[in-house]
Amino acid sequence: MNMEHILQLTHVRKSYGIGSIVETEVLHGIDITLKRASFSALTGPSGSGKSTLLNLIGLLEAPSSGELIINGQNTSQLSDQALTQLRGHSLGFIFQFHHLLPAFNALENVMMPSIIDSQHLSKQQAMIRAKALLSAVGLENAFYKKPAELSGGMQQRVAIARALMMRPPLVLADEPTGNLDTHSADDIFKLMRKINQEQDIAFLIVTHDQRLAARCDQTFNLVDGHLQQKTTD
Amino acid sequence: MTLNFEWLLALRFLREGRMQSLLILAGVTGGVAVIIFLTQLINQLQGSIIDRVLSSQAHIVIRPAEESALRLMSDAHIAANIQPRGQRLRSIDQWESIAQLVRNTPGISAVSPVASGPAFARHNLASKSVALVGMIPNDYRQVVKMNKYMIKGEFNLTGDQTIIGKDLANDLGVSQGDRIQILTDSGTQQTLTIVALFDLNNKDLNKRWVFTTLRMSQSLLNIPGGVSNIDLTVDDLFGAKPLAQRLSAQTGLLVESWMETNSGLLNALSNQTVTNNLIRVFIVIIVALGITSVLVVSVVQKQKEIGILRAMGAKRGQVMRIFLWQGAIFGALGSLMGASLSFALLTLFSNVYKAPDGSTLFAAQLDPNLVIMATCVAMIVGVLSALLPARRAARMDPVQAIRS
Ligand SMILES: Nc1ncnc2c1ncn2[C@@H]1O[C@H](COP(=O)(O)OP(=O)(O)OP(=O)(O)O)[C@@H](O)[C@H]1O
Ligand SMILES: [Mg+2]
Repeated sequence: MNMEHILQLTHVRKSYGIGSIVETEVLHGIDITLKRASFSALTGPSGSGKSTLLNLIGLLEAPSSGELIINGQNTSQLSDQALTQLRGHSLGFIFQFHHLLPAFNALENVMMPSIIDSQHLSKQQAMIRAKALLSAVGLENAFYKKPAELSGGMQQRVAIARALMMRPPLVLADEPTGNLDTHSADDIFKLMRKINQEQDIAFLIVTHDQRLAARCDQTFNLVDGHLQQKTTD
Repeated sequence: MTLNFEWLLALRFLREGRMQSLLILAGVTGGVAVIIFLTQLINQLQGSIIDRVLSSQAHIVIRPAEESALRLMSDAHIAANIQPRGQRLRSIDQWESIAQLVRNTPGISAVSPVASGPAFARHNLASKSVALVGMIPNDYRQVVKMNKYMIKGEFNLTGDQTIIGKDLANDLGVSQGDRIQILTDSGTQQTLTIVALFDLNNKDLNKRWVFTTLRMSQSLLNIPGGVSNIDLTVDDLFGAKPLAQRLSAQTGLLVESWMETNSGLLNALSNQTVTNNLIRVFIVIIVALGITSVLVVSVVQKQKEIGILRAMGAKRGQVMRIFLWQGAIFGALGSLMGASLSFALLTLFSNVYKAPDGSTLFAAQLDPNLVIMATCVAMIVGVLSALLPARRAARMDPVQAIRS
């Protein structure tokens, strides 16, 4: 165990349809190590397994084999309950299609992870933190707007604020700019980079955009379920 | 705060699916209203029917064993017709000791010895066949609440006094203070003074019953010191039958409860209860299926939200309880609204449907116990109906939701 690393993947494989005739292995033994407060890109052609890998790291799915250590904790023996807890505390998610709760306003969406965890902050403290986060992503005027009333870029900012609510050491972003125009995409990227540098939060960002990938500390390139190369600046 | 989360999500989801929520709420409301309304209606009607039947009847009557064919009290006219002239009325052997035994039996609240038999009442040229009822007023009042039925005078008499019904008084052309002659088969006759008149809301009894002291009837019916029957009041109305059977076994006498005398009525009432229960069960099933189907649809609609919540750290149990709460809310809200609706219906019915004499057939009352029970049942049914969709929600794969 290495506390210098926020994430360690060793020989991680993922197959779908195990036991059936259509069993397919999507990831063929992945090894990745992420340092704390690092800023990394994950690239690769469509269907290469990027989302699958991110979902494994996000503890939303279990690997078929291999080892996954997050924040110093080996996840292979953990119960569903414990995985959920680890996910809530150690990981933040940003998805391509923002995935906000439509019934709740921006502030409530950002507070939601804290509301889910009764042990976290009091409602008052949670609200203060959520407002600060929304202000930090430039949405001080949109606290009480529902997602449908916000532009795509603004929705993605709410999602970023939400991902930071629990102060996770690692944020996973699956094509966070994929659905935005170039200008907004650049803004969102800069915002994540700023948070990474100011708050020492590690980011792993799936992107198709080679220009953005080049601005990261390191890039993992996934082709057909194999990690092809690893470039580090 | 986790309860907070589940509540918050449950309420927000309900509000989001406004149309579905309102429809199923209306369904639960209607179902609960019908159940409460029917139950209240039937309970009240059955209660008042039984009240009416028992107003002039003892809960249990003890008679001499051999006289099983004779029902001297209510069927006195039959007795008068079929009993050969001159035959002596049978009395209960050693009735004092039997009365004592019965008094000491738990579950019996009143004991009234009665000397009853056929007679003729005469005034001037009018003569009517009647049933003499000789009793001790203080005891008898505990069995038949005569105080309620007095229209002139008190239910109390001594010596050569009598109390008759208003219809017999009309037939004979007499009133309070007048004197009538009583004649019996044994050839005895006596002039009695009318001290009070009663109205039992029953023309037949108003024409027939002639109350005297126990001693007076004993002498008129030629059963000195004897009684023809012992009337009893019990604490538990519907325990009368087994109690009567026990007393019969103990004494060897003919002991009959109101439940046997009115078995036809009781059958009808119990059939009504069975029908009511059947209706209730069907309504509960239909409402439960309604809640389940609405929530199943809701779970499918909320698939994406559930996935997001799971990704943000919501545990399976938390997701499950969101939907269980919704079921409970449907049940609680629906039953409170249903109780109000049924109260409105009862008020309407009690105003529209009245007895022929204009009095209300039933009061627009809600039994609070019934409402509490209905609410509890509705909440439990709500939660149980939500169980299936809630488990589906809890087991949903968050990845599936996020990918789509
Ligand atoms: N539940 C599943 N069952 C079977 N196959 C799956 C499942 N989920 C993903 N796959 C397959 O795994 C492969 C990798 O999919 P994944 O979504 O990880 O690719 P990706 O790199 O994210 O692609 P994109 O750039 O288009 O998002 C695909 O071939 C996909 O069809
Ligand atoms: Mg993908």
